Amino acid sequence: MNGVVRLILHRLALGALTLLAVSLVIFVGTEILPGDVAEAVLGQGATEETVNNLRKLLGLDLPAHIRYLQWLGSLLQGDLGTSLTTGKPVIEMIAPRLENTLFLAGTAALVAVPLAIGLGLVAARFQGSWLDKTISISTLAAISMPEFFVGYILIFVFAVKLRWLPSLAKLSPSMPLGDKLVLIILPCATLTLVVLAHMMRMTRAAVINVMSSPYVEMAELKGATASRIVMWHALPNALAPIITVVVLNLAYLIVGVVVVEVVFVYPGVGQLMVDNVAKRDLPVVQACGLVFAGTYTLLNMIADILSTLANPRLRHPK
Amino acid sequence: MTAADAKVLRIADLHVEAQDSQGQWHGIVKGVSLELDRGEVLGLIGESGAGKSTIGLAAMGYARGGCRIAGGSIVANGQELAGADRDELRRLRGVRMAYVAQSAAAAFNPAHRIDRQICEVPVSHGLMSAEQALATAKRLYRRLRLPDPEHFGRRFPHQVSGGQLQRAMTAMAMICKPDLIVFDEPTTALDVTTQIEVLAAIREAMRGEGMAALYISHDLAVVAQVADRIMVLRHGKLVEAGPAERILREPAEPYTRELVNVRRAMAPEKPEPATPPQLEARHVTASYGNGIRVLRDVSIELHRGTTLAIVGESGSGKSTLARVLTGLLPWEAGECLLDGRPLAKRLKRRSKSELRRLQMIYQMPDIALNPRQTVREILGRPLEFYFGQRGAEQLRKVEGLLEMVELPRDLVRRLPGELSGGQKQRVCIARALAAEPEIVICDEITSALDPLVADGILKLLLRIQNESGLSYLFITHDLATVKAIADEIVVMYRGEIVQRGAKRQLLSPPWHPYTELLLSSVPEMDVRWLDRLLAAREVSSTAPEPAASLPAPRP
Amino acid sequence: MTLRSLSFWFGASIVGFFLVIAVIGPWIAPYGESEAAGDVWLPFSHEFLLGTDSLGRDVLSRLLYGTRTTISIALIATLLSFAIGMTLGFTAAVMGGFVDQIISRAVDVLMSIPMLIFALVVLALLPSSAVILILVMAILDSTRVFRLARALALDIAVMDYVEAARLRGEGLGWVMRREVLPNALPPLISEFGLRFCFIILFLSAVSFLGVGVQPPQADWGGMVRENANAIGFGLVLPLIPAGAIFALTIAVNLLVDWQLSRSGLKRVR
Repeated sequence: MNGVVRLILHRLALGALTLLAVSLVIFVGTEILPGDVAEAVLGQGATEETVNNLRKLLGLDLPAHIRYLQWLGSLLQGDLGTSLTTGKPVIEMIAPRLENTLFLAGTAALVAVPLAIGLGLVAARFQGSWLDKTISISTLAAISMPEFFVGYILIFVFAVKLRWLPSLAKLSPSMPLGDKLVLIILPCATLTLVVLAHMMRMTRAAVINVMSSPYVEMAELKGATASRIVMWHALPNALAPIITVVVLNLAYLIVGVVVVEVVFVYPGVGQLMVDNVAKRDLPVVQACGLVFAGTYTLLNMIADILSTLANPRLRHPK
Repeated sequence: MTAADAKVLRIADLHVEAQDSQGQWHGIVKGVSLELDRGEVLGLIGESGAGKSTIGLAAMGYARGGCRIAGGSIVANGQELAGADRDELRRLRGVRMAYVAQSAAAAFNPAHRIDRQICEVPVSHGLMSAEQALATAKRLYRRLRLPDPEHFGRRFPHQVSGGQLQRAMTAMAMICKPDLIVFDEPTTALDVTTQIEVLAAIREAMRGEGMAALYISHDLAVVAQVADRIMVLRHGKLVEAGPAERILREPAEPYTRELVNVRRAMAPEKPEPATPPQLEARHVTASYGNGIRVLRDVSIELHRGTTLAIVGESGSGKSTLARVLTGLLPWEAGECLLDGRPLAKRLKRRSKSELRRLQMIYQMPDIALNPRQTVREILGRPLEFYFGQRGAEQLRKVEGLLEMVELPRDLVRRLPGELSGGQKQRVCIARALAAEPEIVICDEITSALDPLVADGILKLLLRIQNESGLSYLFITHDLATVKAIADEIVVMYRGEIVQRGAKRQLLSPPWHPYTELLLSSVPEMDVRWLDRLLAAREVSSTAPEPAASLPAPRP
Repeated sequence: MTLRSLSFWFGASIVGFFLVIAVIGPWIAPYGESEAAGDVWLPFSHEFLLGTDSLGRDVLSRLLYGTRTTISIALIATLLSFAIGMTLGFTAAVMGGFVDQIISRAVDVLMSIPMLIFALVVLALLPSSAVILILVMAILDSTRVFRLARALALDIAVMDYVEAARLRGEGLGWVMRREVLPNALPPLISEFGLRFCFIILFLSAVSFLGVGVQPPQADWGGMVRENANAIGFGLVLPLIPAGAIFALTIAVNLLVDWQLSRSGLKRVR
């Protein structure tokens, strides 16, 4: 086990380092423009004086590396800065919305993951059959669809034509859980459809890959039953790739959620980010970017750690 | 018991087909029939593509993906397997018949302990309790001479060596006392010295348990040690069948005769070289990035017009020596000389003429030829690169080279994918010859080829040497090849040279213990070879195996 | 006809159709790109085959103009992404060591931020122009191309025929061009199709979110955004450009599948 612990510690350290690098990149990303943030935020019509005032406010008169360290320092203390447009602390704007986003993404994940793995296993089990082909073609269609296309079709059918469900998902904190769930049915379905296809295709590929290995042929020649071959011989080995697939696609969910929130006017971090991109409210955009990138990095790290744990060669070294 | 039941296996007019990428079905086994008595071992022998593995699998009612049993009958213990339903087959497999795959490392599931995989069959078929199964497994470990039989199976497959894993797989096949075991090239992937151990263990266990077997191999000498009868197959058809001894002593068919007489190519005796060495390594020490020494104080001399064979098993450092000489791996200490002049450590520092004079041929012709270049491009490039030849002149030269390696001229427009393994290796030789070299390093160039094809390649190399006075540095694990082609021999073990000398001198005693072990491990075309060998080893070393007296590896 | 050739012809004809539209679209458009030709949200008619949008512009004309904008931006970005990714990927694979470490770690960091998020942060501050858009997309996307190109080159570099070329004394450039590239090409071609799809979808998302192609210039994603409200009134208006995106991506995907199965490769994603 010692080797695995070391591997995991190594991965954790790498994750921390990546987070640091991500923060640096997001900071630098806002530094690469010609002129400076103040000019960009205020636009061309701004007077010299207002630009200078904003520069002071943002601390732009200081050298870049000092500003980064200051920004990082306050970040570590949970201070995400102050919004330029509302004057409120960014953390207060993000916190309630983060809850909403996690609620939506989490529900979508709860639906999508079992469904994708199930369908992937079925497609792999009946590889080459009409069922497999149907699943293959429909998932190919699904990965070719932009998220908003799926969203608007669902709205058009279920909200506008059939009038079964609301077209917008304007959650408010005081709503009871049941109402909230009804509101997020359509956005959740959109997200699920978008992630499902990728996840299913990759699960199928991972399982088929394992099923074509010599030890599965051997199991068949040992007279093992079909279910025993799948559950005892194939699954333990397919676990690591499936975990990777699932977590990778959960990360993909993060991107999907931004568009879906805009389509359904859902009060989440994605919507907040897009709104403030339009307003050029830099601290808010940076903070939202950090939240998304941080979650993504975290998920990737978890995927790596889990697949390390699922690998017998690493768990039981020579 | 009825008359039909007397035979463990009766295959009649078996046809198996495989589907190509266009969806067309082609026969890979075309009307083969065989019978197997209780306790009898039948050897199936043939080159790649002979259909022997396919027959072995069909004996279990199984066809690989993309293949189908298209006709004929397969009767095991009176029960028809062709067309039997899945559940019926499942109940028989593992219990009445079992399979031992070529690569145990791939055929064992990496996710479970060895014990559990071996006990899986009797327990899941409801034949034994878990305790009974484990006790039986341990008995079989002992019988197959696995180390520490009490705890051996607690390990995972990747924690065990290849030879041990192959024996464990035999235990897995034997645990239900099946009537029939199919051995599919069980020792092919192993080093010669390990091959003997596994072969002996398998044979002893087979005799002790009294099971019938199909033993599949491309190596006639190996099959002859275990089989009572032998069937020779070619292109999916039977060539000849008969008792093992008769096949070896009086093969009836020309093809069988070729197989028996393989490895009879022989280099003519040459006078002791008087000239200074053409290629020389002096006290070379080298290691890979991880700090593990792979060569320790190695010195060799290759004389003009002769063949120096470097012999050793995997891990002996013989291929590393080739990498050092060609400049791919810079050495740490020592020096290498070409025609008396020191060679630069690194490839980049060597002159074009030095590179040209030292050419290399590889083990796997499949990856040694760029699949996207035609034979013309492959052979034309060195001509252009070293001699500036282009156009019609180059084409003439390319055709000449093809002729020299005994290939038809019209191959010039072909891609490597359209050639057979032997043809590809000949193109590789032609590519080396195109540079008009003085020395050719041959790295295991025959080990991926079928015996007859390999024989042809060796004869070709000898002919070219005769005509042009080329020198070969011949790296191999196969002593039969060495006997055929070498003038001088160097035996390597764990990065060091343990013995060297002219061929005649080295092939007769006194030997270094490792040389002796290697030499005695080469299977001979004699059904009693293994018996004699085991008896001799029993006498010569009462307790320890020959390997035990070898020098321990140094860090 | 097999399913394989059927999907080829289906894919190829759709892709061909869109490419032709991208070239001749503006000439056959009945109205100008941003010309207010009629009333707001007119239904389909002879005058306006696909109706009018929220500003009374002819939807068909904007769709024709948008095809050119979307496809050309995506195509240029994909080409650029491959130029960057392949150069860096092959270089990293061949040079190895320090150079490889530097480039690979930088790519790791870039890839640890979701592309859309990164693009939003950067595009929030940069001036909106097609050039900037293409550059941002190409640079971010090239990380994926880099990974593939590097992996392919590493796989090929260990082949004995590459070693044989090096032992012959061939230069780095020759080895790359003649030994490595031809063998890396088939998987790279299919990857080009996939990356192009991805960039089309990505560009549409960015435009949909308002930081991509800027109005009044028409592009598919932007048209969805402009007409999003129409859906609430039971109009299919935003579904038309969205459907165009869908049709093009699925057609390219079919072609990729066809090419992969023809060259006996497996689809990675």
